[in-house]
Formats: sequence, C-alpha cells, structure tokens
Amino acid sequence: MSSEALIELKGVGKRFNGLAVVQDLGFSMQAGEILGLVGPNGSGKTTAINLISGVYAVDAGEIRLQGQRIERLAAFRRVHLGINRSFQVPKPFRAMTVAENVTVAAEFGGSKVDTKQILDDVGLAADRDRPAGALTVNHQKMLDLARALATSPKLLLVDEIGAGLNPGELASVADLLLALARRGIALIVVEHLLKFLNRITDRVIVLNAGRLLFEGTLAQASAHPEVVAAFLGG
Amino acid sequence: MLVVLGLAFLALPHVYANQSLLFTMMTFIALAQGLNLLYGFTGYLPFGYVGFFGAGAYGMSLLVLHAGMPALLAVLGGGIAAAAVAVILGPLLRLSGAYFSIANLATSQILYLVVANPALSPVTGGPYGLKIERVFAPEAAYLTMLAIMLIASAIAIFFRVSRFGLGLRAMTEDRVSAEMAGIDIVRARLIVWLVSAAIAGLAGSAYAWSISVYYPQAVFGLQISVFAIVFALFGGVGTVIGPIVGAAALYALYNAIGITVPQYFELIYGFLIVVLVLFLPDGVLSLLERRGIRVL
Ligand SMILES: Nc1ncnc2c1ncn2[C@@H]1O[C@H](COP(=O)(O)OP(=O)(O)OP(=O)(O)O)[C@@H](O)[C@H]1O
Ligand SMILES: [Mg+2]
Repeated sequence: MSSEALIELKGVGKRFNGLAVVQDLGFSMQAGEILGLVGPNGSGKTTAINLISGVYAVDAGEIRLQGQRIERLAAFRRVHLGINRSFQVPKPFRAMTVAENVTVAAEFGGSKVDTKQILDDVGLAADRDRPAGALTVNHQKMLDLARALATSPKLLLVDEIGAGLNPGELASVADLLLALARRGIALIVVEHLLKFLNRITDRVIVLNAGRLLFEGTLAQASAHPEVVAAFLGG
Repeated sequence: MLVVLGLAFLALPHVYANQSLLFTMMTFIALAQGLNLLYGFTGYLPFGYVGFFGAGAYGMSLLVLHAGMPALLAVLGGGIAAAAVAVILGPLLRLSGAYFSIANLATSQILYLVVANPALSPVTGGPYGLKIERVFAPEAAYLTMLAIMLIASAIAIFFRVSRFGLGLRAMTEDRVSAEMAGIDIVRARLIVWLVSAAIAGLAGSAYAWSISVYYPQAVFGLQISVFAIVFALFGGVGTVIGPIVGAAALYALYNAIGITVPQYFELIYGFLIVVLVLFLPDGVLSLLERRGIRVL
C-alpha cells in the first residue's frame, strides 16, 4: 500500500509555542485523487499544508512522496520533487508582471512547461503584462495556482481558493481542479464551501483542534455527530 | 557602458593630474557597487562592509610579506581572504533587517581589533599597520582597481539581466513564494554574499597595494562603510549605474568641499541623507525612472 501511494503522512505533528496545532495526522493519497480538507477556523488546515509543502518543519512524524521521506527536505526541494501549493492569503511577486510570476516558477521549478497555456488555463491570459500587485485578490489566488502549475506538480495543495468567488467563478474553478486531477495531479483542497467541495470530490478528512476527526465521504461527514458538533462549537 | 566607464578612468589621468583622487574614486565606485550587489539585490545591508575591505587589504599584504607572493596574485588572494571571512560569517544571513546589519558591523570591528592587537604585531603589525612598499607600483595598482570596478559593475549587469537575477528579484519580493517557485534561497544569497565580500576584498587589496603603507584604521575605518552605503543609496541601489553615479558625484563633492571645509561637508552630507530618505528612497536615478526612462 505505502509504495503505491503518491503521498503518505504518518503521525505528523506541529507545535507553536508549546501548543499542538497539528497532532498525529496521517492519511495517504493516490495520483489523480482529490481530497477535501475541512475543519473549523484554527483547526490546523493551513498548517497541514505548510508542513507538507515544507514552509514549516514538522516536529514529529513522517511524510513520504512516492515512498521517499521528504519531511526534512527544504521547501524548494519538495517543489522539485513535485509538491506545490497556493496560499490562503495570496502571495504573488507583486512588482512583477503576471507573466513574470509564472516565468520565475517555470525557470526554477525544474521542469519544462508552456507558461502561456498555464495562464490560459487559470484565466489570466489577458492580464499577462499587468503587475501582479494590481490584480484582485481572487485573481492573485489564481496566479498562485498558475505559479504552482508552472513547476509541474504531482501534488497540489489548494488553500481556500473558493472564498470570495461568485457562483459562476466557483463553477469554472471547480472545472479547472477536476481537469487537473484528470491529468493525474493529486489535489488537497482546503475549503469552507462544502457545496464547492461536493462538486469536485466525495473524499474528505475533517480536522478539529489539530486532530483528524473523521475520514470518509462528505455525506457521511455531515451526518456524523462529532463532526457536526465540531463545526457548531468552532 | 562598461567600456565608457573603463575608458574614462584610463583617459582621466592624462587630463587631470590628481591620480590618487581618481584612484580613490574608483575604490569607492567598486565598494558602492559591491555593496549594491548585496543590498540592492538581496536586501541585506552590511554596515560592516568595510570588514571585507580590510580583510582583503591585510590578506593581500600578508601574502606579499610572509609568502613573497607577487602583488597582483596577492590581490586575488586578498579577494579570496575576504570571501573566506564571508563564509565564516555566513550564519549572519539568518538574521534579518537591522539585526543582520548590526551583527555585521560588530564582526567588522572584531576583525579590526584582532589585526590591530599589539600581541599580533609580529604578524599583522598590530596598531602600527603594514608596509608593503617593496611592491609599490601605483600604475599597476591603478589598472587593477579599474579592472575590479569594471568586474563589480559587470556582475551588477549580470544580476539585472540573467535568470539568476530574476531569482534574486523574486526572493526579495517574497521569500516563501520564491521557495515555492523552486528557488534555492539559501544558496543564492550565499553566492551573492560571497561575491559581494570578494569585491570588497579585491578593492581592499588593490587599495593596500596603492598606498603600500597603512595603519589598520585606514582600511577598517567605519567611514568607509558609511561612504559606500551613502554613495550607493544616493545613486540608487538595485541598478547598475546608480552606485557608479552616486560614488563619482558624492566623492567629487567630498573632495571639492569636504577636505577644505569639513564642517560644511558634514552638514551637506547630513542634509543629503535626510533628503534622500524622505524624498528619494530609490536614489537620484529614480528621478529618471519617474520620467519613464529605464535605467540599467
Ligand atoms: N506561524 C504560527 N505561529 C504561531 N501560531 C500559529 C502559526 N500558524 C498558525 N498558528 C496557529 O495554529 C492554529 C491553526 O492555524 P491554521 O492557520 O492552520 O488554521 P486553519 O485551519 O487554516 O484556519 P482557517 O480556517 O482560519 O484558515 C491557529 O490557532 C493559529 O493561530
Ligand atoms: Mg487556513
């Protein structure tokens, strides 16, 4: 099992100032799979993404990508191995143009890609020569995604890309994520909008106070008393 | 542009008799440019930049005195000595902002205290400094400094136009995003740190060669750091031309009024810094950029 998984976490933990923010987190995913990651505010979703992408170092546990231990690798090395992510609060290179943002990742990401195509895919082709800082927050999130795609990820971590989008935009982002999964990219999608999540996957894990509370389908989750209590209580 | 700069300093000694002034001006252009490589392209402001200048001067002189090395080769050795000091100080790069600047300042003073220590007199000359007049060759030293100044500027051009430079820009804009673009930040900034230190070391070496007799204070004086910083900022960091223009203009000004009436110079200098910080944080060349003229 573990040798065929694309990504596998075991006993992953992180503390901030002595406080456990993620505890004993474990799950695994196959290529092309979409996993929804949900939980109340402050439950550790973004931290989990930071641990997998290497922005933070784990305090405990192991993370394997295609069987290889990666939890001690620098973030840029994980990028080269095929992990990338977007940010809940987008982080573009603000003074660079949209095209330059993607070019940097294409140049340093370790793989040959068609940056034009990527900008087309995320709907930013018309903005290519504008400074990234001038984009709306929603478009900056799409630019984060484009930059991640420019490194040819095998695993893409998407942090609340739906927040603030209108129904039409949500539909096209859902289509984009589904298309990426069909290409074989595994996606972990952090999302508060359960309807949006429901469109793209039926597999979710629920975090509460840093612990995995539930793993299964979205329908099961919403019928699960502890999950319901966590959301109401959080 | 490099050709123009090179030809200018080749031709100037023939029309302007004060070659030592021209030499010192080149020294400060090289230093301002070397500092610009680090500050302008990575955001680390090294208050102790002079430490590498001094390390180069002493490295070069000791190689001449104790290893009998030919001067030109010893200049290279001085550059390497400064880069070696930078390797040792590499962990400073983990500090950010003012902490880095102040820690770097402290290390340059430690270096100064070490070489000026009377107990080390047999090696470093202690407080009395060093004499390498045996290899005194002002013309050769002049040409060497010219080459160092051009090399520093060529590297600045490389940082402006290359893929490596694009990576540096990304790093200064957003560290985490730069990592997510696949950039090895630690390696890139270490490279820039070593290159910047080596430029100061080479400049210090050629400077020592040119003056050939000096006290430790002459190559470790804090004023050298201050000049390099102000000159670079005045012209505009992160560009190639900025530090050249800044150093040439302000050093000329310093000579015109600083030496005859130093009290006014301090005044004008202080005034300049205030104006710079308040109105032109990106240097005088940003005035051109505001008018839509792209500055290299
Ligand atoms: N760098 C940090 N330093 C200290 N505490 C942190 C840090 N990052 C996150 N935390 C804390 O860890 C906990 C989990 O935060 P995290 O951002 O992972 O939650 P989240 O599930 O993404 O929440 P949200 O839905 O609001 O985005 C919070 O209590 C947060 O304050
Ligand atoms: Mg979050």
